[in-house]
Amino acid sequence: MSTDAPAVPVAPVLEERGARGVVELIFRVRELGLLVALALLVGGTYLAEPRYLSAQNLRDIGLNVALVALLAVGQTVVVISRNIDLSMGSVLGFTAFATGSLFADHPGIAIPLVIAISVAIGAGFGAINGALVSFGRVPSLVVTLGTLYIIRGADFAWASGRQINAADMPDKFLELGSNSIAGIPVLTLIAFAVMLVAGFYLRSYRSGRELYAIGSNPDAAVLAGIRVGRRVFGAFVISGALAGLAGALYAARFGTIDAAAGTGQELAVVSAVVVGGVAIFGGSGTVYGAALGALLLACISSSLAVLRVNGFWEQAIIGALLLAAITIDRLLALRVTHLLQRRSARRAG
Amino acid sequence: MPADLRARLGRWETLTVFLLVAAIIYGATSSADFLTGGNFNSLTSNVVEVALIALPMTFIIIAGEIDLSVASILGLTSALLGYLWNHNWPMEAILPVVLLAGALAGAFNGLLVTKVGLPSLAVTIGTLALYRGLAFVILGDQAVADFPERYTDLGFGTFAGTDIPNPIVLFAVLAVIFGFVLHRTAIGRSVFAIGANEEAAFFSGLRVKRIKLWLFVVSGLISALAGIVYTFRFASARADNGAGLELSVVAVVLLAGVSIFGGKGKMWAVVVAVFLLGTIRNALTLNDVSDEVLTIVTGSLLLLSVLGPSFAARLPRRRVASLPTTTGGT
Repeated sequence: MSTDAPAVPVAPVLEERGARGVVELIFRVRELGLLVALALLVGGTYLAEPRYLSAQNLRDIGLNVALVALLAVGQTVVVISRNIDLSMGSVLGFTAFATGSLFADHPGIAIPLVIAISVAIGAGFGAINGALVSFGRVPSLVVTLGTLYIIRGADFAWASGRQINAADMPDKFLELGSNSIAGIPVLTLIAFAVMLVAGFYLRSYRSGRELYAIGSNPDAAVLAGIRVGRRVFGAFVISGALAGLAGALYAARFGTIDAAAGTGQELAVVSAVVVGGVAIFGGSGTVYGAALGALLLACISSSLAVLRVNGFWEQAIIGALLLAAITIDRLLALRVTHLLQRRSARRAG
Repeated sequence: MPADLRARLGRWETLTVFLLVAAIIYGATSSADFLTGGNFNSLTSNVVEVALIALPMTFIIIAGEIDLSVASILGLTSALLGYLWNHNWPMEAILPVVLLAGALAGAFNGLLVTKVGLPSLAVTIGTLALYRGLAFVILGDQAVADFPERYTDLGFGTFAGTDIPNPIVLFAVLAVIFGFVLHRTAIGRSVFAIGANEEAAFFSGLRVKRIKLWLFVVSGLISALAGIVYTFRFASARADNGAGLELSVVAVVLLAGVSIFGGKGKMWAVVVAVFLLGTIRNALTLNDVSDEVLTIVTGSLLLLSVLGPSFAARLPRRRVASLPTTTGGT
């Protein structure tokens, strides 16, 4: 032991780097795993039915994934901070109806203004959620379950049976939901751009990193001087605003809106996020993973349709996939802890 | 502190009783039909599935877990019941099989939570989709409705010539049993201990995993029972029966002041909360108030139920902190 003494200051550093390398690799593998699953699914379906990769079908998948991916990005920001936003489906429904009725009641209103109002309404709902969670000190699961009901109820009360149709909205706006640039639907491009911005924010901005810190250990985050309340509030505003954006785009995509739009979306979004490797108790995961999760779920339903598998299987498969994803995550995490323990044990010896 | 805590908790739970009384007075004064036997029948019938599932859900939430798959188990067992009936099974054989299926579905949840160590929130969101999906795989979008009156009577018949619906009698019996187990037995104390501090419970020798597993099994079993009640009450077995009911159940339990963090809650308050929501819904319907108002009322009550104690908890603490003698406490 004594002869090794000079090497001691160097060895732990090397060991640590090695350990961190393993952890990083495993987490990269997590997203790689999703890509592999996606490739297998797409490749397999293509071999069985070449129409799967036709331009039309790819476009449909792109359109279908766009809205869920938008919501999933917002949900990821919240979940990383060890919270959850169950009100997203209701916010989407409310803002979709707001978008439609703005166009119907004010013919000639500027399209960007309507989208901005929709985003602002969503952000407002997010601010209410955030204020209740961080300043009311109430668990987000309960708060957003409450606002899920309240916002949906307000939506129904406001709509009172009314339905907005495509004829009520300007063609330019509806084209947003159906047009493509270079073969890629505009909606998909918007979702992709939002994902990149959110990914950059979470990875490279101080407040983004602080969200991970809060999610890993809220008490430690407080002690480290992070303004936890303000950050969590901000996360809810982001998820509300994205749900508002998704609401406006929902109106553009479907053209027909009633008060039930987006009902039950919250669980689909949480599924996408969890399949995408975002830990439900915060602290780890990326928006890219969440978006990949949304893409995987969209590809599965498309595969089932193309292969003419009974659509009744879809939900069961999505559920099984979610369970498989979290089980694999858990087993990987156990392996990593085991590995790290062994390394540190070896270092100590 | 515990005495203070208990007093504070008592406040919200007492408030639910006052709210229930207020709702009954509102119903009785605003509508001549409210205080009739027939109306009592429809009021209680409408909440019976939520009421049944709320019993095991109270245990699970007090233990610090959650089960969002309950409504899907209800749908799955309803679909299974219809499927087996279509295949000419005798009802005497179907019912045990259906109950067993529910218990197995719950056991699967429980094993993933206890053996694999996954968070129950994520697991049961997964099985929410899985079980509902299996319900559709079993029965598709068809409805089985040709049940003989002998069985549907169990769902919408009344008990011994009164206006009390049969399923409510079942609920009353189960509520007493669940309440007794929760508040008067070692099992119940263990559930509170696990919810308050799982690690401490483990180190004091409680078999935390085994108890949790059984909680999920019972949750599945009672959800299956609710599935049977639902099927007979509407005389219709469908795969989408009870869709979305899980959130109502969770809302009722939390409305009763049961802490989402575990360790706190009263069974009688859950029963009060079930009838509080049922009475509000019923009174509003009798007055032709639309359903959306009820949705808003439900959500607002839910927020109030957590905000109230949260703010109340902060006020006395400040006062206590200003006293120089207090050193312990939270």
